[in-house]
Amino acid sequence: MMNIADKDVYILAIESSCDETAAAVVRNGREVLSNVIASQIDLHTLYGGVVPEIASRKHIEKINQVIEAALKESAMPLEEMTAIAVTYGPGLVGALLVGVAEAKAIAYGAGKPLVGVHHIEGHVSANFIDHPDLEPPFICLIVSGGHTHLVVVKDYGEFEILGRTRDDAAGEAFDKVARAVGLGYPGGPKIDKTAREGDPKAIRFPRAKVEGAPYDFSFSGLKSAVLNYLNHARMMGEEVSVPDLAASFQYAVVDVLVSHTVEAAKVLGYDKVAMAGGVASNSALREEMRRACKRTGLALYYPSPILCTDNGAMIGAAGYYEYQKGIRSGWDLNAVPNLKLGER
Amino acid sequence: MKLLGIESSSLVASVAVVTEDVVTAEYTVNFKKTHSQTLLPMIDEIVSMLELDLGEIDAIAVAGGPGSFTGLRIGSATAKGLGLALGKPLIHVPTLEAMAYNLWGSRDLICPIMDARRSQVYTGLYHVHRDVEVVRDQCPMDIHELMDILDDRGEPVIFLGDGVAVYRKTIEEEIHVPCGFAPAHSSRQRAASVAALGIEYYQKGLTVTAAGFAPDYLRKSQAEREREEQYGQVDG
Repeated sequence: MMNIADKDVYILAIESSCDETAAAVVRNGREVLSNVIASQIDLHTLYGGVVPEIASRKHIEKINQVIEAALKESAMPLEEMTAIAVTYGPGLVGALLVGVAEAKAIAYGAGKPLVGVHHIEGHVSANFIDHPDLEPPFICLIVSGGHTHLVVVKDYGEFEILGRTRDDAAGEAFDKVARAVGLGYPGGPKIDKTAREGDPKAIRFPRAKVEGAPYDFSFSGLKSAVLNYLNHARMMGEEVSVPDLAASFQYAVVDVLVSHTVEAAKVLGYDKVAMAGGVASNSALREEMRRACKRTGLALYYPSPILCTDNGAMIGAAGYYEYQKGIRSGWDLNAVPNLKLGER
Repeated sequence: MKLLGIESSSLVASVAVVTEDVVTAEYTVNFKKTHSQTLLPMIDEIVSMLELDLGEIDAIAVAGGPGSFTGLRIGSATAKGLGLALGKPLIHVPTLEAMAYNLWGSRDLICPIMDARRSQVYTGLYHVHRDVEVVRDQCPMDIHELMDILDDRGEPVIFLGDGVAVYRKTIEEEIHVPCGFAPAHSSRQRAASVAALGIEYYQKGLTVTAAGFAPDYLRKSQAEREREEQYGQVDG
């Protein structure tokens, strides 16, 4: 075997954009040597959603332990790292700032280059870890609690945005509906589970189309339709089947996500489709997308559930390709809470 | 011994390198609150000017709170990251005690006040004539209540901190003991004071690991306070 150890690129990646404190060591953008995640979900569940100040406080308490665990698990010392990558946006500003200040200080103290990474680019890059053969270009549906984008991944780190949500993110709609029917937080996994016992065709909820923007999404109308349905049933004294409602709502979301994605691939002539983000681990979305891609002859890729959530490994993968392109961040790197896709 | 000091608990961003008897470098800016963008470049600036190998420092002293929640975390994360990379311990220096240390040698009672909004200040009471004596631990307090406490003590008092700009009129109207206000060079947070007091802490063995360091906010988050009002005291 050829010795390529000299050329190997090791990225220590740090992610703290929301409520997971995460760090990872990734070799050459595709091989995960460690991926440590400290989730705060139990704490935020008490408040029915992520409380930014609490998230920031937990990040500062846990961040060194998470990074040290990631280095230890990788069996690589900090000195062997090629560069430090960190999520600098989008996300909660206070939460991002912890990771950014920490990563800058580590890079500075250890004399390593620093690479600021876009959180969404990280989600897309999670696919490169689980699918060593996947290369751009491809169509990617990015769906999470904060984001809903349909993009063409033209090259590593190069995106063309085809569509985005006009109002709520898909995951946000799950959270709001889950709260309305008393399933609690986090809404995505709870609805997914409950929906398995329900009939997705029991209630016909609307599928919103955005005039003149075939690949855009809108979920606030659907959310209102669900709330109206609940109010109406309450006034009439009718019993609501939560499983049926969850299944029907979920089907309405999934239907639009799948049809937009497959349509874009067909019209624009791509033969590969990928999914990314927390909602990409929704079982109904995976099932429907699989079926639609099979029917239309598209190859489908999505990350394992652990890489769909916020994690450091995906930032290490994205950071690797940024590093290889020569992108470096300065010591004045700031958190950018509303960082747009394709911006730096 | 050589310490790096970091102060970012308020509008002031300040970094310093300090030994037992001298401030080798201090860089203090009291302008716009952009600590995230300025703090590490400021450290880089003094480190390059001093041709300092950061590995030579013994520890990193940080103003550990109270202060702006975000400001405290930027300073803390910077110190924790440096501590992790350099394998150095941290020293948690209470923000207000380090401010009082600005006026070392004074025979008066030292009362730093930081504006904490809603007619409150973060404050503490200190004697810094020779050894530092914490007369009253730092805490959030109503400004009027503080005036009563100072009158009861009956000692001459020197005020400093950004709370002076907000409450000077209240103080002058309500206080009965003789009082003064610190001049410009000692009226705000300084990393040199954090590091110099940090040396005293270090010599007493009061260091913490970079991993174990967290700021002391002196206040819970709003969500926690509201939840406690609703459900009573909760742990965690």
